[in-house]
Amino acid sequence: MYAAVCVRSFRRYSTYRAATWARVFTNTVFGFILTYTYIALWHVRPHLGGYDLSAAITYVWIGQGLLSLLAVGDLGALADLQTRIANGDVAVDLFRPVDQQRWWLAVDAGRAGYQLLTNALVPMLVGGLAFHLRLPQGPALEAAASWAATAVALVLALVVSYALRYLVALTGFWLLDLRGIQLVYYLTSCFFGGFFLPVTVFPPVLETVARALPFIAVFQVPADVFLQHYDAVGTLGALGVQLGWAVVLLGLGRLVQSRAVLKVVVQGG
Amino acid sequence: MAEARFGARTRPARWDVVHAVRCYGHIVRMWIRAALAYPASFWMTMAGNLAASGMDFVVIVVMFLHTRALGGWSLPQVAFLYGTSGLTLGLADVFVGSMDQLGVRVREGSVDTVLVRPVPALAQLAGDRFALRRIGRVLQSGAVLTWSLLRLDLSWTPLKVLVFASLVLCGTVIFGSVFVGGSACHFFMADAAEVQNSFTYGGATMLQYPPTVYARDIVRGTVFGVPLAFVNWLPALYLLGRDDPLGLPSWFRFASPVAALLCATGAGLLWRTGVRSYRSTGS
Amino acid sequence: MDEVLIEVEGVTKSFVVRRRAGRLRRTREVVNAVAGLDFTVRRGEMVGYIGPNGAGKSTTVKMLTGILLPSTGRLRVAGADPVRDRVRLAQRMGVVFGQRTTLWWDLPLRDSYELARRIYRIPEATYAGNLDRCVELLELGPLLDVPVRQLSLGQRMRGDIAAALLHEPEVLYLDEPTIGLDVVSKRRVREFLARINAEQGTTVLLTTHDLTDIEQLCSRVMVIDHGRVVYDGGLDGLHRQGRSERTLVVELERELPPIELPGTRLVRCEGTRQWLAFPASASAAPLVAELAGRYELRDLSVREPEIEDVIARMYGEAEQVDAAVAQVG
Repeated sequence: MYAAVCVRSFRRYSTYRAATWARVFTNTVFGFILTYTYIALWHVRPHLGGYDLSAAITYVWIGQGLLSLLAVGDLGALADLQTRIANGDVAVDLFRPVDQQRWWLAVDAGRAGYQLLTNALVPMLVGGLAFHLRLPQGPALEAAASWAATAVALVLALVVSYALRYLVALTGFWLLDLRGIQLVYYLTSCFFGGFFLPVTVFPPVLETVARALPFIAVFQVPADVFLQHYDAVGTLGALGVQLGWAVVLLGLGRLVQSRAVLKVVVQGG
Repeated sequence: MAEARFGARTRPARWDVVHAVRCYGHIVRMWIRAALAYPASFWMTMAGNLAASGMDFVVIVVMFLHTRALGGWSLPQVAFLYGTSGLTLGLADVFVGSMDQLGVRVREGSVDTVLVRPVPALAQLAGDRFALRRIGRVLQSGAVLTWSLLRLDLSWTPLKVLVFASLVLCGTVIFGSVFVGGSACHFFMADAAEVQNSFTYGGATMLQYPPTVYARDIVRGTVFGVPLAFVNWLPALYLLGRDDPLGLPSWFRFASPVAALLCATGAGLLWRTGVRSYRSTGS
Repeated sequence: MDEVLIEVEGVTKSFVVRRRAGRLRRTREVVNAVAGLDFTVRRGEMVGYIGPNGAGKSTTVKMLTGILLPSTGRLRVAGADPVRDRVRLAQRMGVVFGQRTTLWWDLPLRDSYELARRIYRIPEATYAGNLDRCVELLELGPLLDVPVRQLSLGQRMRGDIAAALLHEPEVLYLDEPTIGLDVVSKRRVREFLARINAEQGTTVLLTTHDLTDIEQLCSRVMVIDHGRVVYDGGLDGLHRQGRSERTLVVELERELPPIELPGTRLVRCEGTRQWLAFPASASAAPLVAELAGRYELRDLSVREPEIEDVIARMYGEAEQVDAAVAQVG
């Protein structure tokens, strides 16, 4: 059933053509702007944060590619959940014999699948044409392993971002206006996730903070896996960190959800 | 008698413009009052907006932890660009930023209700859902700008003061024109909001960094294409006494009012075409 | 008072509809929403404008209010072109869209009125008087400080009608003003409209699905179908044209086989009751006499035609004609 939900969601998102292309355009524009600022910075400090120039530029374009895929700026498919919470329709959902968290994950996965093919790939291709990007290197086997690890990291990143957004959406049960919390989510995940600048460039204190937060599992980790920042063991460790956050945050989501159900039962929404 | 009053077609008189501006003012006041009815929520979103726009500056500061100059510009100089870019975008956003909801209104068909009122649609739509919280960006950018001005120690002359004032005014007009022109596109195609964002927010982000950072063709595009360079880059070259990476004639640094006028005219025409197209397709 | 207020001459409106056919192909199709409208409305009239969905009712209202530009034809309201003189004509008209509100969604009702005062430049005294009157007649008092989005459909509609009348428009367009309203709200709205029309001489054009609106409010009906006016006149004429039938409900002393009476046709037969339909234009008297002579009757009543059926029959006919034309062509 969840697979069917996922496919349907993929199809639904594929009908929002104009919006998708407009978003691709925006991501590409920002990709160019950031690239030039990175070039200026790396020109002065060639190996800043452990990245060479081409890795740094690649970092920018991965970021622009994943911004929509990981739904940093909006809630992705969970915007619908948020609407249903706001207008009370969610009460119906809660008493259906489906697991809400899994259901919405399936919906969001369908969305992400579509955005992988559009919002992620197109800016990357444009960036690849305009600048020299760094793809996984080394012997065929090693490169293949990096690609595979990237794929896994990406899936885990999506799950972690989903779990975070699920929590944000659930706050709708208690808060009337979600704009504030959504903005906080956007800023923290952009900044501490490393979308603006790699956390390795941060001053030590901020880097420590970033490393202790889950946002790093959303972007910095998959980007670093792709850029072969880690050795084999390091990669496994990084994936482990992502997995850990996914489990913790999904669990937290369940806990909050059960409180929300209780609230709906008691107050009728 | 009705024939006598309505027979001749006249251009909108000046008092119509005054009426439009007044109505805009009333709508704005109404929304501000509505927002202030929930002070906690208002101040929270305001603080959020302040923090959101401040994040960009944190990124710049972090960059300057690793270098003393970016594209040959010092931190106070980049802060000047950052402040002017944010201030002008913020002001435009405060005044006409609500227009980006036009897409939704076109889809819902609620533009109809605007068109049956005796006030130009632009005045009504720009004022609708006026959000004072957007002033967060203005305040934050203003603070950065003040800091940069204090650090830069520009030797002010009357001409510099004039250029600075024109920078703020013309920059606001240029960004405002992009907002209005971009919104007008909603009449022709769905989901144009995102493209408009590239020019407003994308443009403003671009203007935060010195022109020397970018490829020359891109800078050229902001002079002769979408004239964002006139917002702050060109006047800043004069105010900060820097060389033009494109080597343009020096009068370009003072040409912002011309660019602003052109932008406003273009946006106005686009808007009129948009309304006209809405009127013939109704969708 | 016999001044012509609205003139519509040979007005058409066509849209180009692009449909997605397959992944890349798109088909272009020209839809004639309105195909040659002709009518005039005099000052002070209250006209019902009815027709099935997609007949062109809303398109007509949009053209009259200056929202839409007609493709061809001439359209004048108070002698002015609604599109060109939109802003100034807006001052003299009121519009209510049943499906969407002209009120400011997130603001209290009172704010919407206050804005209307400024936008329409209504003198303070006039405003206060009109608002009081609307508040009283439409029972808006307790709703004034409620944000519009929290109002029920019926409350919102009443609020909308008040907003459209504060500036004392000469003409009021109502697009489906009673759609989705409960019975009480409907009645209140109708009473109010009748009163405004009678007391202030406001010209009213209302489109509706609900024929009771028309029965209770309008002396004149225009029926539009496929973008053309197919009927324009009084309600009684509509019955004639729609070949409407009255019904004799016959209650017999005992159960009998179906009655056969020339000039009538049997519609229903249920125990001792039988229903006989006859043309609305014919007199019932001879039929009643004949029946009374032939059968032992316990009771007899004449039922007036259902206006819905009349319209349905009319539309049905139009469609049949269209089908025939299509076959020939």
